[in-house]
Amino acid sequence: MAAPPTTGPGSVAVDATGGGPGRPRFRPRRSAPAHHLPRPAARAARRGVLSFWPQYLAISPFYLVFGVFMLWPVFYSLYLAFHRWDGIGEMQFVGLQQFHFLMDDPVFWLSIRNTLAIWVLSTVPTLLGALVLATLLNSVRRFKSFYRIALFLPNVTSIVAIAIFFGAVFSNNFGLVNAILHMAGLPEVQWMSNPWTIKLVIALLMTWQWTGYNMIIYLAGMQAIPGEVYEAARIDGAGPVRTFLRITIPILRPIILFTVVISTVNGLQSFTEPQVLFGSNAANANLGGPGQAGLTTLLYFYQSAFSNNDFGYGAAIVWAFFVLILVLVVVNWRLVQRGRKS
Amino acid sequence: MTRTARSLRPKGLTAHLVLIVAVLVSVFPFYWTIVMATNTTRDIYRTPPKVSFGPHLLDNVRTVLDSIDFFGSMLNTLAVASVSTVLVLLVDSIAAFAFAKFDFPGRRWLFGVLLVFMMLPLQLAIIPQYLIMMHLGWLGTLKALIPPALANAFGIFWLRQYVSGGVPDELLDAARMDGCGFLRQYWHVVLPMTRPALAFLGIYAFVNAWNDYVWPLIALVNPEHITLQVALAQLNVGRSTDYSVVMAAVLIASAPLVLVFALFARGFIAGATEGAVRG
Repeated sequence: MAAPPTTGPGSVAVDATGGGPGRPRFRPRRSAPAHHLPRPAARAARRGVLSFWPQYLAISPFYLVFGVFMLWPVFYSLYLAFHRWDGIGEMQFVGLQQFHFLMDDPVFWLSIRNTLAIWVLSTVPTLLGALVLATLLNSVRRFKSFYRIALFLPNVTSIVAIAIFFGAVFSNNFGLVNAILHMAGLPEVQWMSNPWTIKLVIALLMTWQWTGYNMIIYLAGMQAIPGEVYEAARIDGAGPVRTFLRITIPILRPIILFTVVISTVNGLQSFTEPQVLFGSNAANANLGGPGQAGLTTLLYFYQSAFSNNDFGYGAAIVWAFFVLILVLVVVNWRLVQRGRKS
Repeated sequence: MTRTARSLRPKGLTAHLVLIVAVLVSVFPFYWTIVMATNTTRDIYRTPPKVSFGPHLLDNVRTVLDSIDFFGSMLNTLAVASVSTVLVLLVDSIAAFAFAKFDFPGRRWLFGVLLVFMMLPLQLAIIPQYLIMMHLGWLGTLKALIPPALANAFGIFWLRQYVSGGVPDELLDAARMDGCGFLRQYWHVVLPMTRPALAFLGIYAFVNAWNDYVWPLIALVNPEHITLQVALAQLNVGRSTDYSVVMAAVLIASAPLVLVFALFARGFIAGATEGAVRG
């Protein structure tokens, strides 16, 4: 999830708090200070462009790196998606051929199904669990910061380490989970062989890593709700559940919307988890385990671009995937918005 | 929060019980990692498995060191993470100051581009990034890991919020009266006043660089010259059933970060939370 080289757990965390891009609903509160922009800014209107040279100079190091290593690459990968190229020979323009091939590629669609299944299996428990834990945490007075630290800890550990750990614990033959099942007299489960248990283990791993992170975001939102609101509810005779459903959830809606968007963007980008879990399967190291059940779209992308050196096809996969993410974000957004109206 | 508000919430004891269970789930992998790393693989394979710490950590670590250049890769990671963290802090803070306090022409437009790119999946850029590194001859070198970390707009976004709210204009005005130019305002006023935000961003950038896996996997084509996470994954492939050895490596790879986090956690989480509350 912590999509390299930049987007990471923390990134999203705070981004959440500040109200990120494409979510103007968050911004008004935060950017309010920007409106009574400092006197320097007020003076700005009367100043010419050149008088701002220190500011342009100040932002230039970042924009230089950003332009070369982010802006240009994103557009160039779109360009690549219309070509066939192995990185060495002649680049050949093929129009929409890569995308046609993609539409008929069963492995691509398998990877999409896997990715979506893993995403649903991880996002739903993560967000619900985070909401419940945040509510509980907001209600207690003691040990608050201990709980927060302990529950956030999974988010700063590396996915590689976690994936290795889960691989060991859910191992078919000697894993802790099967040992416990065996001692309890239950049949052992071939976790790493069955297509659904493979997805379940990956989803569990992601849930473990991301619940505390989302909890912190919800908690921050809850702490911002003034106590008077609850007081009023109490006077009106509302119980805790009713208060939670009628007050906490509606007020948190923008934050929930944010976490849903972020979980969609991040959760669909699972790569490291299956790559490390099934990396030891030398025969098909990057193919996502038995029956390719753990082959996520980004794993397939990696396979196409960097194992097969098929840069054109890799670019086509990642762009098609991006469109899919976009569609899902919009659908989720609509769903949450409609929930508000009803 | 008022007392009445609290009394509306679930009773304290139940809340604590559920939270403690959640904490146990959350920290169990750390405990079990130590159990596996300090025992022999045979002890772990046993049914019922050994659940207490054992005396074999050093043996396991020795096996790790025989298998891969563990400390070399750790030094590589440390170097990359430190350099990119320092650069991110410098480059992002000065740009954030410009964005937060000056309404220069094109400001909105330039900032908007950052916001849009923050939401894009980074994999869109990976193939061309790889090609650029190939042309520069940086593939397989640690240099290749720095620019993509710097190109992340998140730091600017986060610091800009902090500077625009946390650094009073009066102070900047006063500094200007005293003849401080842009650079001196940045150095003497903005940097000292944004220390908490910088601390947060620093930890965040460092953790990200330390844990990064996909880009090093792609860019560090020379198997002799890798970072920690790549080394871990390689060890896992090479000794897939020798759990105690692999987990010993996982333990020493994760311990520094967990320690750093434990030391700064309060500020780190407060930083993130405070932003939200003020938001």
